[in-house]
Amino acid sequence: MTEIATGARFESPAAGAEAPPRPGALVPKTIVPLQGLPIVGVVLIGLVVAIASNKLWAVDFFHVVGGALWTGIDLFVGFIVGPILGRLSIPARAEFSARFMPKMMLIMPTLVTVTLAAGWQLGLLKGFVNAGYPNHEWAVASYVVVAVMAVVALGVLEPANIAVLFEMRKPEPNGEVIAKLMSRFVWAAGITGTMQVATLIIMTKLASV
Amino acid sequence: MTAPVQHQSSTPQRALPPVLELGVASLICTLAAGIIVAAQVPNSHTLWPAVVLLVIAAGLLVACGMLMIRIRPFAWRPFRQVWQWAMLAYIVIAGMLEYVFIKDKTPNNVLVMLTLLLVAFAVTVPTMLAFSVARFQDPAAHE
Repeated sequence: MTEIATGARFESPAAGAEAPPRPGALVPKTIVPLQGLPIVGVVLIGLVVAIASNKLWAVDFFHVVGGALWTGIDLFVGFIVGPILGRLSIPARAEFSARFMPKMMLIMPTLVTVTLAAGWQLGLLKGFVNAGYPNHEWAVASYVVVAVMAVVALGVLEPANIAVLFEMRKPEPNGEVIAKLMSRFVWAAGITGTMQVATLIIMTKLASV
Repeated sequence: MTAPVQHQSSTPQRALPPVLELGVASLICTLAAGIIVAAQVPNSHTLWPAVVLLVIAAGLLVACGMLMIRIRPFAWRPFRQVWQWAMLAYIVIAGMLEYVFIKDKTPNNVLVMLTLLLVAFAVTVPTMLAFSVARFQDPAAHE
């Protein structure tokens, strides 16, 4: 789950030539965009209905759509958006991040939940998660890949993201703190990208059996 | 030229105990236990490694709590604020996975194990998120 890989540096007025971002003008009122919550609710209700119906198409739909968006967003943000942001001016990076990161905090957990819950149900229907399944080791490999991504996302990226968002809401954000927190995004994006490529290999292998 | 003195005062940067590191270790143990259990479905021949990992994860989580209590001063108000909302989100996430396990009539011993792992997961992540925010808040400003 790559939240954002900007490598951005917020500098104090004394340290840089560019003016620092004015946080009051950049930061949304809430940490998480509340207007997105009803959409998340609808998606989760749809997921519950799909699992309750136990229909192959329904759980396949949620798993494939959720997984495709999760992988696509991770790779796109980590390897396309991130490097572009790294070359933008500091105020531009700050403004983008202030609006982008809250949305990602809503989108990514929803996609991960949908993909994993529907994926487990799909695995049961198709037999992938059954220990006796001939290619079961590929399913276990996918658990390991998801676990690695979960550790990076939940243990590294998400705590940094939320701390940055809170820091940016202060009247006087500390550029050093923000830069320190965001410095970990570069290597985290690399690990997540590698794991997402592994996911693509595993999933296409399982789907081809 | 303005010196960034005010920045330092609003964002305390001090040496704190390794709460986040212990939280990540707890998360790794929880996920590893989950993999061991999930890899054996529908059987449950070898649950003891997962039980050992769960106990370690719980121990690390308790250690996190103990270390945080000893931090003086600490910005508990933002900690609670983030923890409560994150907890709500992770209850929903863990609840969805629990629903799937119950729906699939997972054997009781495996279900208990998975439920405990989800509880550990749903407590560990909000704790890490809340600590990450609170550590950079000025405790005096939140009294």
